[in-house]
Amino acid sequence: MSTNRSDFVLAVEGLTVSFDGFKAVNDLSFYVDEGEIRVIIGPNGAGKTTVLDLICGRTQATFGSIKFRGEELTRMKEHQIVHHGVGRKFQNPSIYDDLSVFENLEISYPRGRSVFGALMFKRDREVIEEVENIAEIIFLQNDLDKPAGLLSHGQKQWLEIGMLLIQKPDLLMLDEPVAGMSVAERKKTAELLNRITQGRSVIVIEHDMQFVEDIAHRVTVMHQGKVLSEGSMERVKNDPKVIEVYLGH
Amino acid sequence: MRQRSNIRFMSRQEVFGYVMLAVILLAIIPLSLDVFRLNLIGKYLTYAFVALGLVLCWGYGGILSLGQGVFFGLGGYCMAMFLKLEASDPESTKIQSTPGIPDFMDWNQITELPWWWEPFRQLPFALSAIVLLPTLFAFIIGVAMFKRRVGGVYFAIITQSIAAIMTILIIGQQGYTGGVNGITDLRTLLGWDIRSDSAKVILYYVCSAALFICLLLSQFIRYKKLGRILVAMRDREDRVRFSGYDVANFKIFVFCLSAMFSAIGGAMFTLQVGFMSPSFVGIVPSIEMVIYCAVGGRLSLLGAVYGTLLVNWAKTIFSETFPELWLFAMGALFIAVVMAFPNGLASLFKRYIEPKLPAWYSGKTMVSKAPIIEKDSSMETAHANALGSEENIGPSKSLAKPETAVTVAPRTDEKLEGGVYVD
Repeated sequence: MSTNRSDFVLAVEGLTVSFDGFKAVNDLSFYVDEGEIRVIIGPNGAGKTTVLDLICGRTQATFGSIKFRGEELTRMKEHQIVHHGVGRKFQNPSIYDDLSVFENLEISYPRGRSVFGALMFKRDREVIEEVENIAEIIFLQNDLDKPAGLLSHGQKQWLEIGMLLIQKPDLLMLDEPVAGMSVAERKKTAELLNRITQGRSVIVIEHDMQFVEDIAHRVTVMHQGKVLSEGSMERVKNDPKVIEVYLGH
Repeated sequence: MRQRSNIRFMSRQEVFGYVMLAVILLAIIPLSLDVFRLNLIGKYLTYAFVALGLVLCWGYGGILSLGQGVFFGLGGYCMAMFLKLEASDPESTKIQSTPGIPDFMDWNQITELPWWWEPFRQLPFALSAIVLLPTLFAFIIGVAMFKRRVGGVYFAIITQSIAAIMTILIIGQQGYTGGVNGITDLRTLLGWDIRSDSAKVILYYVCSAALFICLLLSQFIRYKKLGRILVAMRDREDRVRFSGYDVANFKIFVFCLSAMFSAIGGAMFTLQVGFMSPSFVGIVPSIEMVIYCAVGGRLSLLGAVYGTLLVNWAKTIFSETFPELWLFAMGALFIAVVMAFPNGLASLFKRYIEPKLPAWYSGKTMVSKAPIIEKDSSMETAHANALGSEENIGPSKSLAKPETAVTVAPRTDEKLEGGVYVD
């Protein structure tokens, strides 16, 4: 694969991070295409969440580069990375319990992000329509005035996805979006993901294999900080190395 | 769904609360107390500025500063320097070995006014210094701390050390600052005797008015998106950061604002009490001010004022009778507040008194939905947990809950006649 193809949304190359000598991510490279849903799987401690942390700037890389639409992310601050169009959902639903669903979405609306901007921010038609629009996508149109703390676990997960959607990111990163969801909620979430990928790329970390099969275009298997295997779900499932890691011990 | 387009600057309850406070401060207290007691209340109100700043900074932003006395002191000292220079004209200081400089400088064998005292001869300079100097100092602390992600307990300890350092510095530099006695014997403001009874009454009103301006400014911030970001930041800092906000800037802003409020309070203190000393700068007063805020309710702007008045009133009564027991009583009060009602008097008022008030208070309907942040959050989480566990069945339940939309609907017409909304 040529390294500088411009049609990649995200190009991760030689990425390494070491915590006191322990290499949580070790010389990792992978590429995400426009409009692709990429799922990262792997056993516990493989470094999946660390990869997301590195991309969104929460953790500083020791070596390597992360290029998003040709721009280097490793030197940017978290909020600048967000402004460039990368959104990230955390593993546990991370929403503002004391604010209403509407206010949760409104805060994520990409306008008035400076101190002065937040002071002058107006809740105009555009904002309201966008919030209502997103609320409909994430199945919360009837709960806009509810304090977010009162939502069920699954609804909180959707709300956080909605908070990312309203930012209109080009790259969406979801860390275990269906963890703790009921079967019905998982199905709805899979539908939701398939719908929202129009025009953007998504990286998902997930353990639920059924869910992975439902959504993944391509799968990257990580093991001990490295890429073990990559390709379609079918290919990855039959890769002896993957079977070895998952079933071998 | 249209009702969401208008968030009101104040709810009906809040309008009532502000009017009530105005009546108490501007009519009831001045009419019922003699000048001595009125001046005492005026002094308490200067602490309310600090408590108000703490509501924004600590209650909303989640940044606990244990060094607000520093800003209170800086504001107070800036005012005191101006007043002292006016009191030290060559005529009234002619018995000194160097006439025309403040008396304490003369006692410390200083023969020339230090250069940085010089500009404080001008009232406009002194007034701007009162507001800007502490804010600038807070800005420097804020940038140094928040940009490096120092927060929580570490921030509290650092601000406390700054308060300690400040006291030591003021006491140590006796010749320039008046040392442990502070700057005393202040007499006039542009020739107007601030020690007279009439001046005390006027200064009381000035102080109350300034407090109201700060209250309304805080209310404005609370009502804008900025206020909601502060709450969001307190609960989920990372989520705010990964929603594209530079969290440090918001923390610096609210910390600077609280410093500015404290400084205005400090200047009003100097004017009304007639001196400024390091005993209002250090650790103990800084922590006392946190207690005022906690007692009043750290999420309630008005609660901060009532909390300050109440604790200080208790302090006066108590320390007149059992002076040596006061500090213990204060400590016990703080522990009691934190354990029994973490959101202070304001939450007690909301829970026990407000429901008993007549309907005109909360509007025509029973809904009386106060801003969510004003609610007792511990109760709320308990409620949330209870609801969460029974709502695991999934989204089907959410569809069965259309009453949320119904309950808020009556607010629309109420808003139209209320008239106090912006946007």
